[in-house]
Amino acid sequence: MKFKRPHALTDAQFHYCPGCSHGIVHRLVAETMDELGVEGKTIGLAPVGCAVFAYNYFNCDMVQAAHGRAQAVATGIKRALPDNVVFTYQGDGDLAAIGTAETVHAATRGENITVIFINNAIYGMTGGQMAPTTIPGQVTQTTPYGRSTKDAGHPIRVCEMLATLDGVALAQRVSVDTVKNVNAAKKAIKKAFQYQMEGRGYTIIEVLSTCPTNWGLSIPDSLEWLRKQMVPYYPLGVFKDKGEKKEEGQ
Amino acid sequence: MSEKVLMKGNEALAEAAIAAGCKHFFGYPITPQNELTAHMSKRLPKIGGTYLQAESEVAAINMVLGASAAGVRAMTSSSSPGISLKSEGLSYLAGSDLPAVIVNVQRAGPGLGGIQPSQADYWQATRAAGHGDFKLLVFAPSTVQEMVDLTGDAFALGDKYRMPAIMLSDGILGQMMEPVVMPKDSIARIPERPWAACGHGDKREHNVINSLYIEPPVLEAVIKARFEKYRLIEEKEQRCEEYLTDDADIVIVAYGASARISRSAVNAARKEGIKAGLIRPITLWPFPTKAIISRIGNAKTFLCVEMSMGQMVDDVRLIVNGKRDVRFFGRTGGMVPTPAEVLGELKKIKGGI
Repeated sequence: MKFKRPHALTDAQFHYCPGCSHGIVHRLVAETMDELGVEGKTIGLAPVGCAVFAYNYFNCDMVQAAHGRAQAVATGIKRALPDNVVFTYQGDGDLAAIGTAETVHAATRGENITVIFINNAIYGMTGGQMAPTTIPGQVTQTTPYGRSTKDAGHPIRVCEMLATLDGVALAQRVSVDTVKNVNAAKKAIKKAFQYQMEGRGYTIIEVLSTCPTNWGLSIPDSLEWLRKQMVPYYPLGVFKDKGEKKEEGQ
Repeated sequence: MSEKVLMKGNEALAEAAIAAGCKHFFGYPITPQNELTAHMSKRLPKIGGTYLQAESEVAAINMVLGASAAGVRAMTSSSSPGISLKSEGLSYLAGSDLPAVIVNVQRAGPGLGGIQPSQADYWQATRAAGHGDFKLLVFAPSTVQEMVDLTGDAFALGDKYRMPAIMLSDGILGQMMEPVVMPKDSIARIPERPWAACGHGDKREHNVINSLYIEPPVLEAVIKARFEKYRLIEEKEQRCEEYLTDDADIVIVAYGASARISRSAVNAARKEGIKAGLIRPITLWPFPTKAIISRIGNAKTFLCVEMSMGQMVDDVRLIVNGKRDVRFFGRTGGMVPTPAEVLGELKKIKGGI
C-alpha cells in the first residue's frame, strides 16, 4: 500500500504544533471524504480556535464560522442543501462553552450533520486558558493553582450529555494516541459520515487530543497525560448509536 | 397586475420575501414582529422551503449566514433587543461579503425597553451594527406597500453588491393594515452565486467563505476594496421622496412612520401659510445626501422628526454643515409624535424666521 496525501487535503502545510492531534484528525476526515467519494458534495465548517485555518487544509468547500456558531451555520447550509454532506470541526471552547446552545439545539433537532469535536482540555489558540473540558486540578493559564471545581465548576462530558437527546444518531468518544485508537477513530468518523448520508440525524465524534505546547509537556509525556488524566474522566466508547436500521420519521 | 389585498405590514413583508425567492427563514419570537415569523412558518413548508425557529437570535443570524453561504436567499427578522444579539452575525456577514435580509421591527430601548414603536435603532443600523469597518444597506419603508417593494429591492441589491440589507421598520408599520399589491414571483431574477459553498462537484477549486485575513496589509486591502464598493453605492443608490420642497422655507426630514406624521403636519402648515416641505429618506444608508444638499439653497431651516432622542439628525447636520439651522423634534420610549405636535414645532420655527 502506498501512503499518500488524501485528495481531500490541500497541499497547504499545516501550521499545527509538533505533537498536536489536529493533523491526524484532519487526515482521518479527509480520508473519509476520499473513501466515500463525497469531497465534491461536502461543505466543511472551520471554527474559531487553532483549527480556524481548516478552510485552507480541506479541499472541499469551506465556511469559516464565528466562535461557537459552526453548528448554527451548518444548520443553515444543510437546510439549503439537504443532499450535501456537512461537517463541523470544533474545539472544546468553541463547542462546549461559547457554542453550547448551538450544539445542544442542533443535536436535539436531529440536524443531519456530522460534528468532529476536538477535546484537548484547553484553549490552544489563545495560549492555554481553562476550557469547559479542563479536568479538575489541571493547571492552565487561568487556573494557575489547578482547576478548582469549587470555584470553576466541573468539566462537561459532551458525548454523555448529548446522548440523552433524541435527535442524536451517533455519539462516540475516540482517541488518536495509538495506532489502534487512530484506526478506531477513523472507523467512527466514517460511520458518522455514513449515518449522515443515510439521513439518520445528528452525529458527533469526540476526539481526545493532545496539546503539548499548552500543556507544557513533551510529546511522549502528553500522550501519557492524555491516557492517565483524560481517559479516566472522559472514557472512550459509544454513548449513543441508533444502530443499523433507519428509523421512520414521526 | 395583481389585485390589491389588505395585509398587515409584517405579513406583507414576509410574503414579499417569498415573492423575491426567499425560501429559507430563521427566526426567534419577539414582539412586535411575531406576525412575520408566524406567516413564514405557515407558508414556507407549503412551497418546499425552510422555516426554522432557532434557539436564539444569535443562532438564527448564523443560520442565515450558512444558508446564504450555501447560495440561497435567506432572511431573519426580529425587534430591537434581538437585533443587538444579531450584531455578531451582521459583522460576519459583512466581513464574508454575504447577502441576506434582516428585518428590524423596531421597539423602544435601551435594554428591554418597551414593546411600543420606536426609531431609536437608527445609529445601530447605520453606524454600529457590529464590530469593524463596514456598512449595511438600510431601507426605511413608510407604508405597507413599501414594506413589500423595498423587501424585493433589499434582496436584489444585497445580491448585486454581496452585502447584508436591513429593513428598518417599526411597531406601527409592522402592525398596521393597508391595501397592497404583491409583486409577481421574481425567482427567475436571482443571480448566479459562483462563490457559494455548495459543493465543488469536482468541477472547480474549493470555495471558501471567510472573514479572517491574518495579514494586516491583506485585510486593509480587502476593507478598502469593500469601501470602494460602498462609495459606488453612495453614488448610485440614494433614495428619498420629496414633498412640497421646491418653495419650502422649512424642510422636515423624517423617515418611516415619522414621515407619515410629518406629511400631515406639512399639509396643516401649508393651510396656515407656512411654507413647509418634507424630505423622506427611503434609504438610510446610503443616506440621501444629494437631496438634502439640493435644498440647502432655499430652505432656511431643517427640522428632523424622529421617534428617538435624535439620531438621524446627526446625518442631516453633517450634510448641512452649519450652513442652515437644523432643529430636532422627537418622542421616544414608545411615544409617537402627533401631527399637531409637529405643526407646533413648525410654528415655533416660523415665528423665529
